[in-house]
Amino acid sequence: MAWVQLALLLAVVIAITPLLGGYMAKVFAGDRVVLSPVLGPLERTLLRLIRVRRDEDGPIGQDWKAYAKSVLLFSLGSWLVLYLLLRLQGSLPANETDLGAAPWDVSFNTVSSFVTNTNWQYYAGETTLSNLSQMVGLTVQNFVSAAVGIVVLIAVVRGIAARSTDPADRRAGSLGNFWVDLVRAVVYVLLPISIVGALVFVTQGALQTLGGPTELANVTGGTQTLFRGPVASQEAIKLLGTNGGGFFNVNSAMPFENPTAFANFFSMVLVLAIPAALTSTYGRMVGNRRQGWAVFGAMALMFVVLAVVITVAEQHGSPAQHAAGLVTSSGDGTTGGNLVGKEQRFGIGGSGLFNTVTTATSTGAVNSSMESLTGLGGLVPMIGMGTSEVIFGGVGSGLYGMLLFIILAVFIGGLMVGRTPELHGKKIEAREIKLAMLGALYMPFTVLVTTALAVGTDHGKVSNYNGGPQGFSESFYAYLSQGNNNGSAFAGYTGYVQPNGDPDGSFGITFADLLGGLAMLFNRFFPILVVLAIAGSLARKKAAPAGPGTLRTDSPTFVVLLIGVIVLVGALTFFPAFLLGPVVQSLTGHLY
Amino acid sequence: MRKDAITSLLAVVVLTVLLGVLYPLAVTGISQVTMKDRADGSVLHRDGRAVGSTLIGQDFRRPAKDPDGSARKDADGEPVLVADPRYFQSRPSVTGYKPNATAFSNRGPNGKDTKEAIDVNVAAYLALERPYDAGLTVARIPVDAVTDSASGVDPHISQANARIQARRVAKVRGLPLHRVLDAVDDHTAGRGLGVLGEPGVNVLELNLALDGLRGTAARAGGTSSSTTTTEGTR
Repeated sequence: MAWVQLALLLAVVIAITPLLGGYMAKVFAGDRVVLSPVLGPLERTLLRLIRVRRDEDGPIGQDWKAYAKSVLLFSLGSWLVLYLLLRLQGSLPANETDLGAAPWDVSFNTVSSFVTNTNWQYYAGETTLSNLSQMVGLTVQNFVSAAVGIVVLIAVVRGIAARSTDPADRRAGSLGNFWVDLVRAVVYVLLPISIVGALVFVTQGALQTLGGPTELANVTGGTQTLFRGPVASQEAIKLLGTNGGGFFNVNSAMPFENPTAFANFFSMVLVLAIPAALTSTYGRMVGNRRQGWAVFGAMALMFVVLAVVITVAEQHGSPAQHAAGLVTSSGDGTTGGNLVGKEQRFGIGGSGLFNTVTTATSTGAVNSSMESLTGLGGLVPMIGMGTSEVIFGGVGSGLYGMLLFIILAVFIGGLMVGRTPELHGKKIEAREIKLAMLGALYMPFTVLVTTALAVGTDHGKVSNYNGGPQGFSESFYAYLSQGNNNGSAFAGYTGYVQPNGDPDGSFGITFADLLGGLAMLFNRFFPILVVLAIAGSLARKKAAPAGPGTLRTDSPTFVVLLIGVIVLVGALTFFPAFLLGPVVQSLTGHLY
Repeated sequence: MRKDAITSLLAVVVLTVLLGVLYPLAVTGISQVTMKDRADGSVLHRDGRAVGSTLIGQDFRRPAKDPDGSARKDADGEPVLVADPRYFQSRPSVTGYKPNATAFSNRGPNGKDTKEAIDVNVAAYLALERPYDAGLTVARIPVDAVTDSASGVDPHISQANARIQARRVAKVRGLPLHRVLDAVDDHTAGRGLGVLGEPGVNVLELNLALDGLRGTAARAGGTSSSTTTTEGTR
């Protein structure tokens, strides 16, 4: 059934891609869409309220520098507001369980995490954050950090597709207006899908209440306290925006977040919807829909390989289970496999696929314990991140990361056939190649340096839970995840010590909080600057019509070349680290 | 620059009102009006008291008593829990089945501690079920029965696990095995859309249904046999 589930997921995503992709192309072109009569007034009200600067043609166009400046200013504003909210939650309303402020270092990490669309969580939602912080703080960042990713991609594609290089044209070199794009992404794309998505989650049993905690007198005399809050509304955007930060500590494993196998499948569809559809939006914006499908194909091929590997590895079971004498083959009425840290309702197939979806994209939601994955199974999420989150990737960020690899592939392909590299008729020259190399190598460099700091110093080692190769995997995973704005974790690694889930007497581990927080911030905004700079440079270039000698970027051959480049860069940079952690574990039955 | 900074702060504030207040309140309003029971946590009531949530697994063990009637404590002074043989048992939890402080065990695939935890669970499972199923060996134990779940409050067990436990429950409650197995089937959630995930037996619903079966209340040691109202639906 695991394979049927995978096939069904692909079918649904393939069906959604052109529909949502076409819709988004219209939205960002400012055309009328089916929801315009309802949402148009809301869009205009918001634009008026935030005082977007206009000239007689409408909102002013921004070149790449102005666009980038707006991105940074908006993210800075978001950061400050969220930090204040978390530090002051103790004196603010909607704090049903009387939680105090999170420590400053944990707050620094958390705020950086949500503003960068990472959603790495050192804190445990239900024992650290009030409902106000979750709702007014985190839910908002779930929306707008996702919107920032989408609009940066749209701006980049506008630069690539720009055809007017007439110096008399005031709009030449313009990538659009950040504020208008931001509002459109929220109003026309994220908000309507989230409302519907949240209600679907409630039909499955996800919580959506402001009622606060409730006591249960259990059957055999014990008690349970249900921590309750507006879960479904956060869940929908957590997934749709490839955020991944759970309301509860165990994220999508918690039945109140992810109640059924259907909800689990719906979650995966929500995660893949926008990253997949943006390939189609890209194809339409450059006037070549085949181009969109070529990029989609490259992503889908790599995705299927990862999903198959993790499913087979987890079904095989772990050395610890075999040493205990368990039989891990599936049988009549039992799923078998490595069910440590997995939920019965998802089984091996539903857990492996979900974790592939959320780590190939930069979501980082988990419905089972990543740390308890087998060696080979644990390698799969690491590959998803080690390839720079371009296998669908985050909303917007996946495709703009992919565009860097496309430029590199065009360059390498151009060298092979002896022609000047071109992308959509525009010459790729030294400046673009330098920027693309910088963008592609920046992430591996910072991840390896931060991992080395974490495993090489005593400051880093206090965060570990496990030892041996598993301990190395924990540290490596932590900085690979934060450095790629993913947010999933081998959760033994910690930056916040909370004895018995009790906020009293808790403290942050400053080293891990700051190193991770800075990694998230730099690795989010540096690539954004790089891709916007490339777009700014391409926007001012003349497009030449394609000739018989042009290297086509929408052919199966190019798809193979593109995958080759991605695998090569990822493998060359991370292979030694993979060997030290997950590969060692998958090659031995030894227990540590 | 100053104008952009003002726009930036205005955007954060305006979007916070829309997305952090209006959006969750609107979804809450619609959910509370149209599907209140689910939105409130699918709580199950018995005799007017909330006994659990159909989505949240709970502990079906009781504190062990020493011969003198006092509660038995382990080395750390924590009460020792033993399975109540009248009930189907949930999957092992590393959090004591707490739905308000969830956590993963974070035990690795090659961990000695992982094997030791499984060994402890296997020993407890065999001690509980073998008296009713002499042929039970570790190789026959379904993996879900002896591995900790992800949430710590997994509401389901596998069908194979339920069939093994059914022999004990039937014997202790004095019920024919087929009636208990029928109850297991009645409370088994199939795969989503027939293909998604895995089937699972809802332990709490099943145990409440067994308590409600006529003729078992007396043997069940005073547990009320009055009807159980299911507010939440699966």
